[in-house]
Amino acid sequence: MNAHATLAPGEAHAEHDTRFTVPGIRCAGCIAKIERGLSQLEGVEAARVNFSAKRVAVRHDERWDEDSLILELAGLGFEAQPAAENPLAQDDKETRRLLRALAVAGFGMMNIMLLSVSVWSGAGGVTRELFHWLSALIALPVVAYSGRPFFSSALMALRHGRTNMDVPISIGVLLATIMSFHETVVGGEHAYFDGAVMLLFFLLTGRALDATMRGRTRAGIGALLSRMGKYATVVQADGSTSRLEAKELAAGMTMLVPSGEALAADGRILEGQGRIDNSMLTGESMSVAVSVGDTVHAGAILIDGPLVVEVTAANDDTVLAEIARLMDEAGQSRSRYVRIADRASRFYAPAVHTLALLAFAGWMLAGAGWHQSMIIAIAVLIITCPCALGLAVPAAQVVASGALSRAGVLVKDGSALERLAEVDIALFDKTGTLTLGEPVPDVSALDVTAQQVALGLAQASAHPLSRGLAAKLRENGVIAAEITEIDESAGVGIRGNWQGTEVRLHRGSEKTEAPGTELRIGDRRYAIGFADELRADAKTALATLSELGISSRILSGDTKGAVEKVASQLRIEGFGGVRPEDKLAMLEELKARGHKPLMVGDGLNDGPALAAAHASIAPGTASDISQQAADAVFLGKTLAPVATAVRASRRTMAIVRQNFAFAIIYNVLAVPLALAGMVTPLIAAICMSLSSLIVVANSLRLARAAR
Amino acid sequence: MSGLAILIPVALGMGALGLAVFFWAMKHEQFDDLDGAAQRILIDEEEE
Repeated sequence: MNAHATLAPGEAHAEHDTRFTVPGIRCAGCIAKIERGLSQLEGVEAARVNFSAKRVAVRHDERWDEDSLILELAGLGFEAQPAAENPLAQDDKETRRLLRALAVAGFGMMNIMLLSVSVWSGAGGVTRELFHWLSALIALPVVAYSGRPFFSSALMALRHGRTNMDVPISIGVLLATIMSFHETVVGGEHAYFDGAVMLLFFLLTGRALDATMRGRTRAGIGALLSRMGKYATVVQADGSTSRLEAKELAAGMTMLVPSGEALAADGRILEGQGRIDNSMLTGESMSVAVSVGDTVHAGAILIDGPLVVEVTAANDDTVLAEIARLMDEAGQSRSRYVRIADRASRFYAPAVHTLALLAFAGWMLAGAGWHQSMIIAIAVLIITCPCALGLAVPAAQVVASGALSRAGVLVKDGSALERLAEVDIALFDKTGTLTLGEPVPDVSALDVTAQQVALGLAQASAHPLSRGLAAKLRENGVIAAEITEIDESAGVGIRGNWQGTEVRLHRGSEKTEAPGTELRIGDRRYAIGFADELRADAKTALATLSELGISSRILSGDTKGAVEKVASQLRIEGFGGVRPEDKLAMLEELKARGHKPLMVGDGLNDGPALAAAHASIAPGTASDISQQAADAVFLGKTLAPVATAVRASRRTMAIVRQNFAFAIIYNVLAVPLALAGMVTPLIAAICMSLSSLIVVANSLRLARAAR
Repeated sequence: MSGLAILIPVALGMGALGLAVFFWAMKHEQFDDLDGAAQRILIDEEEE
């Protein structure tokens, strides 16, 4: 704060707002830590965490920029990414618009009902006219404001020569309002203002529910590329170095990569060795050792280095960009999916219009006069207007997604639930999906003292293997032995003193494929093997899926041998050595044969497949990209949520169909009344509320769908 | 009838007031971070 005071008065103090995505915000402590930590910095005016969106908004002056703030956040223990031009803003605005329209419609509906009730209960003469005028005064602005979402959507559809759910709604509401106004002016008996506004209110409820559920949708490909290094230090021919932007890089250049930097291009290591974090590409948290001759990819982060790398592919040619492109293309097939409500309205809308038109023509022919005929046609439109239909889908889906999220499955939107219900074949990635994706140590070779020593050493280290070991031992109830003079050297191991004996925990001596550790106590040696275990309930979850009529296969980039081993263990088909393109090809082939594949995967190499599959689920440990590409994310260490998600989504669709069936029955009963000219505003209001209530009540049965 | 002249404006006015408050709350981002609001009550302000 002092910094502000020392600035010369009048000096321009540009303020910047920067937003970051911080996936690690999980509790109140995180909020407090980030907000306090950032606000203490000089030049940072305010930091505000949005817990729901996992975002941090920072207001700061020019002394700070994106990169330095990310470093500060990393110092606080949170991994952050700059939020790309907020892709949620559009959705957010949409939700707000709907909520405001809903509030206005609710206000209008309540007040008009208040007036209508007295008209229904027999108010006549001047009082009725006054009340009709008051209703008109409220209804006209309310319809104009709250009806906009429907009017604009209907207009859009008509402009493209199509018709959708919003066309009969708009026509019904507009005609009812205009006719009612006419009735009011001539002092007629019936005004349908209440019906029109109530219709808007119920339909907006459905829309708002749908929009709220969408919540966090995929943030898009933009986030993927933002992880790629933005700059690189390039060595020129004369030996000097210069800082170039990623897009200026070209194959053949030599770049100098310091520790902590994200690679900006694919390349081959010329000099140096270090460890890189490939979690962005593979979803695996373990860093990989690299040395001269190894290939490294853009997006990987160098943990310790430095490295001299020859660029082999830059910009659009990198593996990362290639995957982004594949995902982009793959996702397009999904956007062609037609939601069930829209499919229903394809038949519904023309039927309603024809019916209303026929009613008008029929009564004209019967000699009722255009005024009477028009009133009846409007009654038909209002009665058939899909109140129940508009609520049928969103109400069921909102309840179901709430139930699923309590069961550990986060579904992104309603369309995802609809597609999940249709899948008939499941493709699983192996590492991180069928398996836990983290190495679990085998401590059976250790006796009790050895276990205590191992825990004492392991808990002092931040190495992933040590952390895995410590977690496992603590789980077993082991109490750590007291180790003194602990000394850790990176890449070698950790050593210490236990009751006068030298103890060590270091890299396994044998060169094996699986990572291993060796514990030494004095002269005794214990080998600790690490294996990536299958999720404990993988077998039962797959069995549940097959009960649901879904056959499973493994599709993995891992070696054929490793995949076959797991496949035979689970008694399903397995394909190993599959590249992302092959996964896509296999999905396309399945689709061509009429299957609706479900993809379950976690790595970036699964990204395109996740986006292309009919429906997809990613584990909560998956790379961000995969979580964004997937329709749903499941949390926890079990695989059961996958089966639960499919079962619950099928139950949801069953309820949706019941709701539709109910709406149709309601119409079959109510339309003859309307056609006969017997529907007064009172009957219309009762029918509408009753049908909506029944649909909502039926949907609430889904609250236990995920059990 | 004379009662209506008072009661109807009162009813409308209270409804409009509620609506105005809701709009104000939306505009001031009161509904932006509902989960966060639930978490924030757990933050201990005294902590140093």
